[in-house]
Amino acid sequence: MMILFWASLVLIVVSMAIILYRLIKGPTAPDRVIALDAMGVTLISVVGLLSILVGTRFFLEVILLLAILSFLGTVAFSKFIEKGEVFDRGDSD
Amino acid sequence: MRSSDVIIQTTTKVVFYIIFLFAIHIFFAGHYTPGGGFVGGLLTASAIVLLLLAFDIRTVKKALPINYTVLIATGLVLALGTASASILFNVPFFTHAYDYFTLPLFGETSLHSAMLFDLGVYLVVVGATMNIILSIGSDD
Repeated sequence: MMILFWASLVLIVVSMAIILYRLIKGPTAPDRVIALDAMGVTLISVVGLLSILVGTRFFLEVILLLAILSFLGTVAFSKFIEKGEVFDRGDSD
Repeated sequence: MRSSDVIIQTTTKVVFYIIFLFAIHIFFAGHYTPGGGFVGGLLTASAIVLLLLAFDIRTVKKALPINYTVLIATGLVLALGTASASILFNVPFFTHAYDYFTLPLFGETSLHSAMLFDLGVYLVVVGATMNIILSIGSDD
């Protein structure tokens, strides 16, 4: 059973390397944003697998924190690409 | 507001409370397990940032009429007051007191005065982060 977790860890790290290539190379900004979001998801999986392998529950809060920060980052980048500004000031109308 | 961000605004109304409850959980978990005032403050600030992303600055200021500079001052007074109150009891600076109380609904709990210091750190972190983000974000 342990070998399964190690194998999935190796596979996820390989996919992280591929995502890193897209993050650096990515021709357009939306490519990079999606690569960053996928990087967050793979990071969450790595932390989850590590918490299974180490056998501790303390990493679970790290998972929730990474999920929140990754979500916020993706939303902020999407809004910046779509509208050209991160925060509306709200006095336009 | 004639914006068409229906999905993000509907999601925010749910996710804001999840992030805020997680921040409170992290804040109270900080005594024996990972967490504490600093991380709780950062998470609360990120919840407010999510509100700012989904709505606009004027709406959030109407919904949360908080002066973040005053929040920093309140936190500093709370933290330094907790730290220096130990001088009044003739013990070294920063000594914290704790005792066991039997609360209704919780049973026997240990209450520490270090929690008040952590509350001060929480308020300072929320105030400083929101001040930085608002002064960067509202710039044109």
